[in-house]
This record gives sequence, structure tokens and C-alpha cells, in this order.
Amino acid sequence: MSGLRRYHAPVWDEPVVMEMGSPGRRGFIPPAAGDADTAGFVPDSMKRGERAGLPELSEAEVQRHYIHLAQETLGMMGVNLFGTCTIKYSPLLGERISADHIAELHPGQDPETIQGVLAVLHGMSEILCELSGMDQFVFQAGGGADAAYVNAVTTRAYHADRGELEQRNEIITTIQTHPCNAATAAAAGFKVVTLMLGEDGYPPLEALEAAVSERTAGMMIGNPDDMGIYNPEIKQWVDLVHEAGGLCFYDHANFNGAMSKLRARELGFDACMFMLHKTFAAPFGGGGPAVGAYGCSSELEPYMPRPLVREQGGSYSLEDVDEAPKSVGRVREYWGNVPQIVKAYSWVRSMGAEGIRFASDMSVLANNYMEKRLLEIPGLSISHPDIKSRRLEMTRYSLGKLQEDTGVTVFDVQNRMVDFGVDAPWLSHEPWLVPEPITPEAGETWPIEDLDYWIDVLAQVCREAYEDPEIVKTAPHNQAIGPVDGSRLDEPDQWATTWRAYKRKHGDRPKGRTSP
Amino acid sequence: MDVSKIEPHHLMANSNQATVEHMLDVVGASDVEELFEQIPAEHRLAGGLELPPALVSEADLSRHMDDLLSRDVKPKASFLGGGCWPHYVPAVVDEIVGRAEFLNNIWGTPSSDLGRTQSLFEFCSQLGELLELDFVGLPVYSWGCAAGHAMLMAQRINGRSEVLVAASLDPERRAVIETYAGLPELEHHIELVEVATDWETGCLDLEDFRSKLSDRTAAIYLENPSFLGTFEASGPEAARLAKEAGAEVIVGVDPIALGVTASPSAWGADIVVGTIQSLGVHMNCGGGASGFIASRDEERYARQYPTLCLSAAHTAEGDIGFSMTLFEQTSYGSRELGNDWTGNSTYLWAIAASVYMALLGPRGFEEIGRTILGRSHQAAETVARIPGVEVRFGDAFFKEFVADFNGTGKTVAEINASLREQGIFGGLDLSGRFPELGQSALICVTEVHQDEDIALLGEALTEAVR
Repeated sequence: MSGLRRYHAPVWDEPVVMEMGSPGRRGFIPPAAGDADTAGFVPDSMKRGERAGLPELSEAEVQRHYIHLAQETLGMMGVNLFGTCTIKYSPLLGERISADHIAELHPGQDPETIQGVLAVLHGMSEILCELSGMDQFVFQAGGGADAAYVNAVTTRAYHADRGELEQRNEIITTIQTHPCNAATAAAAGFKVVTLMLGEDGYPPLEALEAAVSERTAGMMIGNPDDMGIYNPEIKQWVDLVHEAGGLCFYDHANFNGAMSKLRARELGFDACMFMLHKTFAAPFGGGGPAVGAYGCSSELEPYMPRPLVREQGGSYSLEDVDEAPKSVGRVREYWGNVPQIVKAYSWVRSMGAEGIRFASDMSVLANNYMEKRLLEIPGLSISHPDIKSRRLEMTRYSLGKLQEDTGVTVFDVQNRMVDFGVDAPWLSHEPWLVPEPITPEAGETWPIEDLDYWIDVLAQVCREAYEDPEIVKTAPHNQAIGPVDGSRLDEPDQWATTWRAYKRKHGDRPKGRTSP
Repeated sequence: MDVSKIEPHHLMANSNQATVEHMLDVVGASDVEELFEQIPAEHRLAGGLELPPALVSEADLSRHMDDLLSRDVKPKASFLGGGCWPHYVPAVVDEIVGRAEFLNNIWGTPSSDLGRTQSLFEFCSQLGELLELDFVGLPVYSWGCAAGHAMLMAQRINGRSEVLVAASLDPERRAVIETYAGLPELEHHIELVEVATDWETGCLDLEDFRSKLSDRTAAIYLENPSFLGTFEASGPEAARLAKEAGAEVIVGVDPIALGVTASPSAWGADIVVGTIQSLGVHMNCGGGASGFIASRDEERYARQYPTLCLSAAHTAEGDIGFSMTLFEQTSYGSRELGNDWTGNSTYLWAIAASVYMALLGPRGFEEIGRTILGRSHQAAETVARIPGVEVRFGDAFFKEFVADFNGTGKTVAEINASLREQGIFGGLDLSGRFPELGQSALICVTEVHQDEDIALLGEALTEAVR
């Protein structure tokens, strides 16, 4: 073994909560109901029969159970370079601010009573406008995919208002643009036209020329893509779509490499989105609450969701649909995940313009540093090896040769890397364009020691694949449980999304280590 | 970048001069600028960014944020609800969702993420017990989004394109549902058909419901309790009629009511949707919004979920772990051919709800339901005693009731302004959206409201309508 950490995950053999407790035990006692006979308030047809089959536990048991589960979660406790998610440290101050000031606010409060939080939202919109060149941002979307949906429905409202929607029913995207763009366009009712890559790592201009027509409603595209390849013809792309009468949306989910370097609006785009839980350092939460901040030009502003925060003479108000009849209205209730917006605003304030430029530089430098070392690992290659220019904030690699030589798959590699306290790297969105893909993203917060450790771990795992592949194929060995067999989970008599279903389909659980 | 002038930043480990120089050396670049060679010069931003000045010291930033947010006004008591409610969040819930392992998690393997996936499975399992349903998806953005997805599921199931919705539906949720329903010019548009509300009872007008139900009806969407707080007494009959017509029955529910009320699945719901904000999530100025979709464990439904779905599974040693099921039908698996779309959602709030349900247990849900019933009715009695004020729709309500101010000659806006001056946030103003109710407000009372809060409301309202 090399000089890698002797990591081992905590092993608590923690039962499923449904198996725990004892009848009659209490974990939280609600305030007393008082003397009122409440039973009569519920119509007989609506009364609950038996009590719910929930576990009965004391407060301390619940606390320890979930702390044990937290400890059995690796996440960012080790090194996590999960590509396309721009993983950063989330400054803890944001948690304190949000608990003190935001937790108990209600979105229906009179604007007079929430001038502080409205000032933050307004300030954040101004900041994102400066970064993108757009004219207005809205934070309602509950994630990046939801912001793509905002774009799809805003595009829909724009063409409907012009009486062209029936004709303009196609959205153009590329195979390397995040799947949520294609999916949300389809969910909004559009047909999706997907362009495939050419030799340069992005689709050739001729492919777009052939795709645009009087049916084009818009284009949804990311640039650079998650292989780190920038499409230098993007201005011509925008011009082509505009000439055809479509709108252009820039998916800035991965903004580190472009942050402070270019503005979506200056490239001609009509709209863009940022992920405040990625680039802007709000915590990821294991999948939200998240914010897809959507910005657009003044031409599209009438159509974007409401409410929007408006400022006049230092006083803030909310503009709702009654003042914006062309607006799509809502994609989600209220105005967005406010604590995350506050945390993102606070991050920008701690960075300033210089810090943001520096962060972009550092993330691209760190990615190129990793590339130098990673390409020395036998079995690993870079995607599109003929493209010699330097990648931006992340690079797609392939372990195809490793798999050919050893039979070890990229899933095996993921499972083995976690044995060293490195959480599983991102592979690639579907469909895979290179065999056995792997996509680390260094970002600006991880120290070089951690980047080196991550590379050393991958090198060790690849070495093992050649020398002792079984150890990789049977990994993980140092986690709380071994590899989970998910091979039959798409079969109706196997899947169990609840304990009720599990008991019905599988009966008593096997006598494993985690049985109570 | 002038390396000699670098000022290290506390949020960037490698921002010290020595590391930058080392990395540049390994990369073989003399300046970071060389690494951006892919971006054509004419694409580059000319000039710098104009952003507010940096507050690099956390102490300065902390003070700035406190100063900014101290402009918000804290009330003596608030009676705002309507989809986002003040409920008590036990301290254990706050501790668990604040744990760095959960707060900063991204997406690991089933083994490295055992604790997180188990917490999510326990969320689905406990919610399944409250709902008496075997299939629960991972959470979605909000209640309205859950209802929107459920309508699209129904449309895929039976190929029909009308959904009946109650006129009393929350305008906020309805606006979301309307977006999901789409526009007639494009594919899979859903036509929302509004069913009249009986403004005497606050319930569905069954006659109108019958007249609008047809073989075009993909689904009906009801809520219990309704947005106006009333129990939907016609729900079971409406569900029966809908099934006869071949439609899916979608019911929205606030799960904190499920200790005292039957799960909609017990009276005919096929798909149940709702919020999880009431289960241990702070209001967060609306940022506590989160939703769920649940159904019977039948392929007919399971194969239409747009959400990620997590299943229990086994290891070779017989341990239980958790892995994705039905992944191929999601947008991650199949892009535009998947069911709607999914992405980052409100997974941390699912963990909050998991902890909350484990703390309350069966008796806790029953008791909190009774407490909310008791206190909201106590408040309604107090409000009804005020001259000129009426409480609409009788006794059959949960947590929220409609206070009718038409007899006072004042608008809700005027009354709420007076309440605000007295340090109280009154109920949601219904006058804009529901003209049938005139000047009425939706008053929310939960387990957090004590006798003195209710007394305060009574006194302040008496003053406000005078």
C-alpha cells in the first residue's frame, strides 16, 4: 500500500428507524390540546382509523440514530471533486445568518416588514446582472433544472404572445448540454432537436444551420461543456438562432471557468441561469434546497416568473402578476429558497469583484494542474485527445483502456475510491460519449494537498486494477457496508421505496450485520 | 495575474503565492491567463466587474448581514399561513440538518452515502405509514410542483387531457399548476376545468363537479383540508364518481393533519401529493417549500414518476443498503424521453421530515393534530365574538379558517395595517382572489400559538375593526 490514509467509515450497523423503539415511547410531546372536544371537528368520513405505524422512540434515540447516519455519510468530509457540481466550501456564517434572520419569515408578510430580505434579493439580482449582462434575475426556481424549466416556459410565453407558438415548437440543444435542458423543454411541450458533436468537441456550425428554421423557438446550451471544451463559434450560433426568430439560453450551471471572463448578454444570449448552490457557495444539501437563478434581457422580462423585487428610493416592493399580465406566473410557490439566496449574496460580498476573478483563475489553474498529473496514470486518457488547447474548469477523462485491459469498470473505480475517504467522482451524464467516463472538478477551495491525494488515490486504484483487480471489483471494503446489489431493482416484485413495501416483498430482512 | 501581488483569501486554499507559482510551474504556464486560450478575445469581458466592495473579514460581513436583515420586523404574533405555516421545529431536527455530512453532501455511492440514503428511505417509509401508501418518490420542489407532476402522470396513464380542480384552490399553488398544464399550442397540454365551490360550506359543489366530469377527464385534483381550511366532505363521493368515469384521483394533503384525519388513500385517492414544510421545516420566507408524490405500489403509477426513486436493496453479506430504482425513466436517464424532469430538489428537507416523524411517532401526530384543531377553533371562537366579524363555513376545519370582515365596513388591507401597528401579522388577504368572499382573511393557528397569542389577536382585531 502507498502512503494513503488508513481511512475507514464509521460502522454503526444502524437499523432502519422502522425497526427501532418500544410501544408507548415518546420523542416529542406536542403542546397540550386543552379541554376542547376536538373529535367533533373532523367529519366521520374523514377521521383516521388506526394510528400511523410510525416508530416510537425517545428524543435522545432519534438524535443518536440520525447522528450515526450522518457519520455513515462520507460526502465532503473527505475529498470530493464531483464534477459539474462546482463543489466549494460553504461558509458557515450563512447558516447563522439564515437561522437568526430568515427561518421564521413568511412570504406573505407585508413588504414593509421584510425590507431587509428584499434588499438582499434585489442586491443579488444586481450582482448577477453585472456578472451576466442581463437586466433582471428571478430566484423562484428550486434548482438548476427548474431554472431551465423557467427558460422553457418563458420562451413559450414569449412566442405565444407573438402568436407564433404553434409554429415555433422546437428547442435546439446539444448532446453535451445538461439533460435537464432537453427534458424541461419537452416538459413545456416543445419538440427537442439535439445536435451531436463534431471533431472539435462541439457540434459544427453547419449542423446548427441545418437545424434552425421557422419552427425554432429557441436554443438551450451550456458553454464550456462539462468536458472543459469551449465553443468558440458561440456568437455565430446565437446569431443564427436569432435570425431564425428563436431565443438563446445560456446554461451557466458550471460558471467557474467563465465567471468574470465573459458575459452571456454580450455574447448575444437572451437569458441565462446560475446555480447559487454551486458556483455561489450555498450548501448543496445532498440535493437541495437549491436555487436556479434565472436572468434575462429587458425584452423577456415581462414574461419571466413573478414576483420580482422592485426598488424605488431605497424602498423595496414585490411586483406580482397583476402588474405583469404577460408573466408566466409561477414555476414554484413563493420567491425561491431565500436562505440560499442570502448565503450566496454573503459569499459574493466576501469575495468581491477581485475575489471572484481570482476564484475563476484558481479553479482553471487547479484543473490544469490535475490534468498534468492525471494523464500520467496508466489506463486513463483525456476525452478528445486531439484537442490540444487547455481545458477550463473541468476535464472529462476516460478509463476505457483500463476497462479493456483489466475488466475493471468506472463503477468499480468509484466504489474503490471511497475506500480511501475520497467520495465517488462524477462520471458523465447520459449518454456516455467516451467509454468509462470520469469527471473531476477541482474548484478553488480544495488545497493542493487534497487534489494530490485524490490523484494518488485514483492512481492507486488503477494500479490495483492491473495488479489485483478483484480488490477493486469487490470494493468497497472500508465503508459501513459493501457494494449494494441494485441489479434487479427495476423489477416490480423487487423494488421497495418504503419499509411497508420492503416487508411485503422481502419479508424479514436477511441476517446481515445491520440487522437489529 | 501578477503573482507577486497575490493576497491570499480565506475561502481559497491555493491562493497563496507559493502554491500558485508551483501550480503554474507544473502546468507550464507563465500566467494563468494562458489557460483561457480557448475563449476568443472578442468574447472576453472588456474591463472589470463592478460589484459591491468585498468584506473579506467574516467579522465585517457578519455585521453587514445583521445590519441589513435587522430591517425586517419581528411581530408579537403572526397568523399568516396558507401553504407556508409556522410550526414548531424540534431542536434535534435543526441539529441533524445542520450536520456538515448532510448539509454539504453531493451524491456518493450507495455505500459511501449509506447514512444519507437511509435517512431518505426512512423519510419515504414514515410518510408511507402516515399515508398508508407503499410507493413514495424522493421529494420535489413544492406542493404545487408535486400536483403539477401528478397531473402529467395521470395524463400519461390514461391519455386524457382535462383535470378538474376546485375553485377554492390556493392561488399560489394554482399558478404553479397552470404553468405545468402548458399551453394548447404545444404537446401534452392539460386543460384545467374549474369546479365551483359551495360558498356556504367551503366544499366542492358536487352538482357542478358531476356536470364537468366526463370521459375527457384525466384526473381530478382535490385537497383535504382545502386551502380554506375546510375538510372536503364531498371528497369520497367525488373520488367514487371520478373512478367511475375512468379518471385518476389526485389528492393534496398537509401531512401534519394525518394524526387525526384519514389518509386520502383510505377514501379513494390514487396519487397523493402534498407539502413536507409542516414536518420540521422552518418557513424560511417560503424557502421551506417542498413536496412529495406517493401512490399505491403498482407499475401503473410507479413507471410514471418523474422523481428519483430510492429502493432498499441488499449487499452480498445480507446488509440492507439503498440504491436507485426506475432511473431510466427520469430525465437523467433518458433526457427528453424521460418523465418530465428531475434535478436538485429539497432532499435536505426530506431528512428534516424524517427526523420530525421519528420524534413525533404515532401518538405525537395524533396529539399535534388535536392541538391544532383545538387552538384553531379556540381562535375562531374568539374572532367570531368580535362585532361585525364572522367565521365562515362552520366547524369542520383544520388549522385555518376564513374570517369574514364584510360586516365591519373595513377592508382586510385596512384591518391588517392596524394589526401590524399593534405588532401582529393578520391572516392572508383573500379579497383579491376570491371575490365571493368579499373582505375575508385566512387565519392560521397552529401548536405554536398559545392562549395569550389568541387573546392578543382578539384584542387587536377588536381595535382594528372599530
